[in-house]
Amino acid sequence: MVKAEIRQQLDELLSSYNRDGSNLIPILQEIQERNGYLPEEAMRKVAQFLKLPESAVYGVSTFYAQFKLVPSGRKIVRVCRGTACYVRGGVRILREVEKHLGIRAEETTTDLEYTLETIACFGSCALAPVVVIDKTVHGRMTPAKVKQILADARNGDEAKS
Amino acid sequence: MTSKNEGNGEFTLDIVKLTINGQEITADKGMTVLEAAQSTGIYIPKLCYDPDLKPYGACRLCVVEIENIRGLPTACTTPVSDGMVVHTETPVVSEVRRTAVQLLMTDHPCDCLICHRREQCQPFDICLRSVAVTDRCVTCPKNGQCELQEVIDYLGITELPFSRTTRSFPVDTSNPFFNLDRNKCILCGRCVRTCNEITGVGAIDFAFRGYSSRVSTFGDKPLVDSTCQSCGECVVHCPVAALMPKDTTQPVREVATTCPYCGVGCQIYLGTRDNRVVTVRGNKDKPPNNGHLCVKGRFGITGFIHHPERLTTPLIKKNGELTQATWDEALGLIAGRLDKYDGDEVGVIASAKCTNEENYIIQKFARVVLGTNNIDHSARLCDSSTLAGLGQSFGSGAMTNPINEIRNARGILAIGTNTTEAHPIIGLEVKRAVRSGAKLIVANPREIDLVRFAEIWLRQRPGTDVALLMGMMRVIVDEGLLDPTFISERCENFDAFKASLNSFGLDRVERITGVPRDLITDAARVYASSKPATILYGSGITQHCHGTDNVIATANLAMLTGNVGKPSTGVNPLRGQNNAQGACDLGALPDVYPGAQSVTDPGTRQRFEAAWECPLPSSPGLTLTEMLDSASEEKLKAIYLVGENPVMSNPDIKHTRKALERLEFLVVQDIFLTETARLADVVLPGATFAEKDGTSTNTERRVQRVRKAIEPTGNSRPDWWITCALGQQMKGKGFDFEHPSQIMDEIASLTPDYGGISFERLENGGLQLPCPTPDHPGTPTLHTSAFTRGKGQFIPLDYKPPAELPDDNYPLILTTGRSLYHFNTGTLTGKVTGLNALQDKELVKINPGDARALGIDDNDMVKVISRRGEVMARAEVSETSPAGVIFMTFHLAESPTNMLTSPALDPVARIPELKLCAVRVERVPPGV
Ligand code: SF4
Ligand code: SF4
Ligand code: SF4
Ligand code: SF4
Ligand code: FES
Ligand code: FES
Repeated sequence: MVKAEIRQQLDELLSSYNRDGSNLIPILQEIQERNGYLPEEAMRKVAQFLKLPESAVYGVSTFYAQFKLVPSGRKIVRVCRGTACYVRGGVRILREVEKHLGIRAEETTTDLEYTLETIACFGSCALAPVVVIDKTVHGRMTPAKVKQILADARNGDEAKS
Repeated sequence: MTSKNEGNGEFTLDIVKLTINGQEITADKGMTVLEAAQSTGIYIPKLCYDPDLKPYGACRLCVVEIENIRGLPTACTTPVSDGMVVHTETPVVSEVRRTAVQLLMTDHPCDCLICHRREQCQPFDICLRSVAVTDRCVTCPKNGQCELQEVIDYLGITELPFSRTTRSFPVDTSNPFFNLDRNKCILCGRCVRTCNEITGVGAIDFAFRGYSSRVSTFGDKPLVDSTCQSCGECVVHCPVAALMPKDTTQPVREVATTCPYCGVGCQIYLGTRDNRVVTVRGNKDKPPNNGHLCVKGRFGITGFIHHPERLTTPLIKKNGELTQATWDEALGLIAGRLDKYDGDEVGVIASAKCTNEENYIIQKFARVVLGTNNIDHSARLCDSSTLAGLGQSFGSGAMTNPINEIRNARGILAIGTNTTEAHPIIGLEVKRAVRSGAKLIVANPREIDLVRFAEIWLRQRPGTDVALLMGMMRVIVDEGLLDPTFISERCENFDAFKASLNSFGLDRVERITGVPRDLITDAARVYASSKPATILYGSGITQHCHGTDNVIATANLAMLTGNVGKPSTGVNPLRGQNNAQGACDLGALPDVYPGAQSVTDPGTRQRFEAAWECPLPSSPGLTLTEMLDSASEEKLKAIYLVGENPVMSNPDIKHTRKALERLEFLVVQDIFLTETARLADVVLPGATFAEKDGTSTNTERRVQRVRKAIEPTGNSRPDWWITCALGQQMKGKGFDFEHPSQIMDEIASLTPDYGGISFERLENGGLQLPCPTPDHPGTPTLHTSAFTRGKGQFIPLDYKPPAELPDDNYPLILTTGRSLYHFNTGTLTGKVTGLNALQDKELVKINPGDARALGIDDNDMVKVISRRGEVMARAEVSETSPAGVIFMTFHLAESPTNMLTSPALDPVARIPELKLCAVRVERVPPGV
């Protein structure tokens, strides 16, 4: 998003808050909700608005897992780390996904195509280990299948365009 | 016993009794258990505690047992109370402390810490435990001064029951003066708190969580790309080697002296080794800085003292080339040449960078030996409107109140001062006041750093200060917020002044200043109702062609609300140069002898003639700017110039340079071959402040010692020595001084305000002027029971527009100022590699709107053109500049900003309008 747009959105968003440090987290949450992440420009603006040092806003933004500092990718790949998936080799699946995407858990590819997240349990333990791409659940994963589903996801994309 | 209640400076007399380890002790109420224990010599280990910071309670090393309090409270956060029974050394306490430290050690490169050979091991010994070199205490620069080592030794920890982890953060070496090695960080938070509580910068904080938790800048960027001001305050407060200066040379001796840069006059220790200054640290026990320093003072001193380009021998111009000469040759030549001229053909320029003794000797040389009152110095360029303005209003032109009273003000009006950059330590005071609840009003066209802390920001158009202040006063009078008792008992001429307010209706004021009337009203109310309130101003007020009016307006405002003569109030001009006050006090001015005593007053003149044993000229001499004019008309034939660089600092450089070239004879005395010195016929090498004894007077009128730490470099000599030698060579009487202390004795005998000053008295710290007698304690606050001139004088004012207004050809306003990293013409700071790394080029700050209209992008090369000249520099597109206004500093030789500035003079103070001129900006296409 371009700076000017962020600025405009923020002006509107901030006008409903008063300049009190205790509003920091609610404001950040709202920005995150609207943009899916916390743009750097926005964090600076919030610091200015609340008269907090920028570093303090950054500290809070990085402390809570709920906040993301980079926009999420167009596709969200989630690998389960729950117990059932763990005992059935979930870690190996995660490594495999990481290898293919070239990023680590909780990161986004530089082309903003994929974000890799891990989750505690997806509630599909019978299918463990589980990988979810956007809303599609892929069960009984093996490293070979990982390669396949990621390729499918990419091709599906190309087919569409 | 009294205890100082941080923040509001009130004194309370409460004492409590408590028992620590069976020993009954008394402590002040408000102390913590840790402080009480320390005050009786009981050691409690600690890591996150720091006497300069608020209690934090994070490391849990200071846990103690207190009867009737459950659990193990931390001594550093628990206040003492009457009858408390504390045990600092019980088995439980020790166990908790050991565990706390052992946990810290698991990811600290700590092998040496628990090694039995630590004492014997030398940095280059082979390690028995195969510890990597970078992980060893014995190779760590903090070894021996490390607080982590100290507590480990105290607790006698020799093993580590937990498994080790290693962190591998890259070391942040981006700052030119210090490194941040997060692998050695123990997360005590002292740096983070220092940067918030002491400096108010907030460049760093903890970020991320769990094992990745670390000290971080915004965006986890390198320190240089953050808001860090490089003050190094965090480095001083770090208990381990996580924050370390790059240069870790240890001094063998320390000398207490005064920082040579700005008018704050911070007290410092120079650490020396082998006739070199290797360290600088703040003096915790002395005002005005109590240990704090800015980047220039802490890191910008050693670099220029020992710079290879220092002048080490006199130079004489032969066939257009400056060639080395002996002192005898140089002095002989100068004496011979200067002897030929009449008094009105020669001029002398002294320096606000020189000591009091030197300025005294230089003006005495001008008057006694050369027989002229043509003596001036560059404070004329910054501060003379203060002398003229406050002189008329109050009777003396200086800060009315001490710096360390600012912290207790409830209201602060900072107008025309970019305090955090130009006077960083005063900036700390302002931020400290705001933290304890003071309301800050910033009046500045630019969005300076202090705006972050301001309750109200008045963004007046450059040069409209009189209108703005008159508007505020109009509100105060209309709403009855004035102090009638103060006005009637302490002041005069109120009615005439009041009548002059009539023409300042807020509609007109809003039109002139561009500040919305409601904001002006708010500001007036806040200033008038927050008592005590203080006014701080800087060169944004003085450097105008109506600077004297600006100054008078601030004085009127203070008197109107009774904010003079009381603690934490007043009108406080922040002077630029370290000894601007002293140079003026000691008569380096064309119209007055030392102590502001007029040369035209026959009685005064006779007294000085008697003291100096020679006849003196009776009419005032030429000011600095007039001398240059006279030189270009070839009336003035020779100038003896000490420690100034007018080719860079004066307005309209072209004219200045031409004038100096017209001279028959120019002598320049400086520590470097400045732009001006290159034009000289003879150059004399001066010594730096570290190489001489003397005194200087800071902006709050505090006379402080400058002490010699090392021998002068090469053949350089202190300026007082040089001028005395010249005086003697030219057969002047009264130049046979052997030490500056003797000069001060003569000053004291002739200058009423300095009557009680002697080197002996200054041994224990500075004295604030006036200090008329040897038993006088000095005067922290002026005008307490009466004004220096008797009654404070209200002076009616009119608004006068700036001399040069934007027009079609020159549509923008250029305003100039200082940067934190450089000082004045950059003669000193430009020699410090690290400061250049932080700022090496001039930046033209231009508003995004103007930039867009001109097709200028960040970092584009632009040409700034005024009626007098043009300068190239890079653009920085920034909202700190208002629309229609660009900002530049004047520190850097590559972009001599003063090519552009206007020579329009204030009619009273004859100060040039450096703050403001009309310009045009053009983008320079790349490759041109
Ligand atoms: S910081 Fe202290 S404990 Fe750590 S390596 Fe250096 S001297 Fe040793
Ligand atoms: S050097 Fe000064 S400004 Fe920079 S982080 Fe340290 S304390 Fe803060
Ligand atoms: S860098 Fe130093 S002061 Fe800052 S948290 Fe780490 S150990 Fe403490
Ligand atoms: S504030 Fe001024 S006097 Fe103090 S250290 Fe900085 S430059 Fe030196
Ligand atoms: S543990 Fe993976 S889906 Fe439940
Ligand atoms: S010193 Fe008290 S908790 Fe750290």
